[in-house]
Amino acid sequence: MKKWLNVLEQNKRLQAIVIAVYIVVTFISLYLAQKSVVAFLLLLSSLLLLHFTTFSHRVKWVIGIVVLSVLLPLAASQGEAYQSYMEVATLVGIYIAMALGLNIVVGLAGLLDLGFVAFFAIGAYTYGIFATTQANNFMPFGQYPLSGESFWVFLIIGCIVAAIFGILLGIPVLRVKGDYLAIVTLGFGEIIRIIFNNLDKPINITNGAMGLASVQPPKLFGLEFMYPSQFYYVVLVILLLTIFVVRRLEYSKIGRAWKAVRENEIAAQAMGIPLVRTKLMAFAVGASFSGMMGVVFAAKQTFVDPTSFTLLESITILVMVILGGMGSVPGVILGAALVTILNLQVLTELTNWLNQLSLSGVVHIPDALSPAKMQRFIFGVILILFALYRPQGLLPAKNPRFDEKELKSGATNMVDGKEGAKDVYFNG
Amino acid sequence: MIEHVLQTLPQVVIDGLALGAVYAIVALGYTMVYGILELINFAHGEIFMTGAFVGTALFLSFSAFGWLSSMPMLLSLLLVLVATSIVTGLLGMGIERVAYRPLRSAPKLITLITAIGISFLLQDFVRFITELKKGNYILTGPSLFTGQVSISASSIWSGFHDASVKSSFFIVLVTAVVMMVTLDFFVNKTKWGMAMRAVAQDRETAALMSVNVNKVIALTFFIGSALGGATGVLFAIQYGTIDPYIGFILGLKAFTAAVLGGIGNIRGAMFGGIVLGLLEMFAAANLPIISNGILGAEYKDVFAFSILIMVLIFKPEGLFGKVSIEKV
Repeated sequence: MKKWLNVLEQNKRLQAIVIAVYIVVTFISLYLAQKSVVAFLLLLSSLLLLHFTTFSHRVKWVIGIVVLSVLLPLAASQGEAYQSYMEVATLVGIYIAMALGLNIVVGLAGLLDLGFVAFFAIGAYTYGIFATTQANNFMPFGQYPLSGESFWVFLIIGCIVAAIFGILLGIPVLRVKGDYLAIVTLGFGEIIRIIFNNLDKPINITNGAMGLASVQPPKLFGLEFMYPSQFYYVVLVILLLTIFVVRRLEYSKIGRAWKAVRENEIAAQAMGIPLVRTKLMAFAVGASFSGMMGVVFAAKQTFVDPTSFTLLESITILVMVILGGMGSVPGVILGAALVTILNLQVLTELTNWLNQLSLSGVVHIPDALSPAKMQRFIFGVILILFALYRPQGLLPAKNPRFDEKELKSGATNMVDGKEGAKDVYFNG
Repeated sequence: MIEHVLQTLPQVVIDGLALGAVYAIVALGYTMVYGILELINFAHGEIFMTGAFVGTALFLSFSAFGWLSSMPMLLSLLLVLVATSIVTGLLGMGIERVAYRPLRSAPKLITLITAIGISFLLQDFVRFITELKKGNYILTGPSLFTGQVSISASSIWSGFHDASVKSSFFIVLVTAVVMMVTLDFFVNKTKWGMAMRAVAQDRETAALMSVNVNKVIALTFFIGSALGGATGVLFAIQYGTIDPYIGFILGLKAFTAAVLGGIGNIRGAMFGGIVLGLLEMFAAANLPIISNGILGAEYKDVFAFSILIMVLIFKPEGLFGKVSIEKV
């Protein structure tokens, strides 16, 4: 087995054949067997396979984008399950972007944020209030709901509002010791939920526990985005943008400052890194991704209410980051995809299957044990096991490696360590 | 407006004291563990919740066997309290052994994450057991100590209204005081208490002075969790209905109390708990009146939380804590 893997690693042509065959086979099986969730998941996991190949970055990106934007929708579009597949894929995208945001806060800057979903809620409400008639209650000017074209502006506004809240939360908290942060953010998440739940009086801003219904769908050049299959492309574009930004940030000056703060605050400060500003920056950037996805979520669900933003959601996003690997972008993407699919597909399928077994009298599973209710249990176990035995996650983060000679010869070429680094720049 | 606030004051003080006593003892668990390990034991609120469930289950089975009527009330209360605190104490020790001890030299972030994992696990475990046995995860215990006592506060000053008290209030208050006094005695006057303080001050030096550090830490977890579990029983008696998710928000508030009193400081935690309970009850009763109905009583959680933020900004070492300087 190991020998084969070694051969595979040496031979790029062989890799190309393997991945091509894999993609073709899973594409055909999903195309023909529309109801098979397994085929859908296998086609998605071709991206994971792609991650382990030794192609250059550009090739990987091109193949990945082709699979996601053409092959996956095409293969899934042949049956009535099309919209539900795209729904799952869209939600996976939303959660990946949020997990990448949390990854900046937890993984890079080492600040444990347990109320991350609050920023998601802020983004969702920002769009939700202005894209329904709700804003008429308190805005002195303008006609509401705003049209669907404003969605694209609100992506930016949601970003900024969430970032402002991130900074507002950070200012008092970041001056004290790190572990207070966890509990204060935990409280913050709950408080935001309570406030949204009760802000229907004296002025009705959020419509309280009733939530905001019939949020305007986004519009672009007269085209309305109504179905998951259309939202899929919106999310895909935003997601690619997010991944690009995150990767650039990670190796920028601020990214290195975050890592320095994570490793040792005092040493980082002694090296001239402004502690509070760096941490606030992490908070703001992380929150802004979440806020942006909140806007998308509000537009996609066309309904916003406080029950979507509980502690369980915050912990779900944390589980994604821990499972995938703190600080590792590919890891977090994998973690977010796994957890979302587990939540949406595996647990519900398993519950249905067990219910059928109970109905036909094969085995009797008590209702209390139904897998859909066991989320907390599963997440708890994942958190404990990974913290104890594999704190670096499924795909650990790798630091970039530099070739000393090359640096000295003046070529300041940086490789981002994850892939590709081994073949060219490996330095004993 | 002020008149109304004064009228309800006696009732607010009594309710606040009961709630404050609960906060104070749960805060003790946070503060003890923090003092010795510099770790926020997130699972402590869940231990409190487990205690409430174990206690209620014991009461329910006592009444099923008919022991509740054949025994004096106080004796059965004592039995349940002792049994529950042993169960939750052992649970706390087990959590320390499994989830915290292997990570003692790991970054703090990792330990916090296991703590969250443990608390989720406990929540779902308790929900599962209760739902399996009862069909519903919200549990109502047998009503005990329900006699109403009227306190004629109006005879003290005519501006007060009379307050009414459930007799369980006295049980809660007396038990809480007894527990706190015993703990204070234990920590300050006994040999084990001295070992605990030594480990809190400097773990390595304490180990060199032949203190068994692991044993002391396990003991700290046992005591903190036993107190937390017993408080859970008191909570269940006082408020009647419990569900597996009560531990989270209560734990958050108890932590606020611990920070308010200066984290790591045992007497400070007791004081902080009482103060927070009083303030919260005052807010719940009077926020709508003071703000002319803009802020409802639902904002009492927000109120407790803003106290935490205030303390962290203006006096992060708490009311009785010492300013600690981190050395490199």
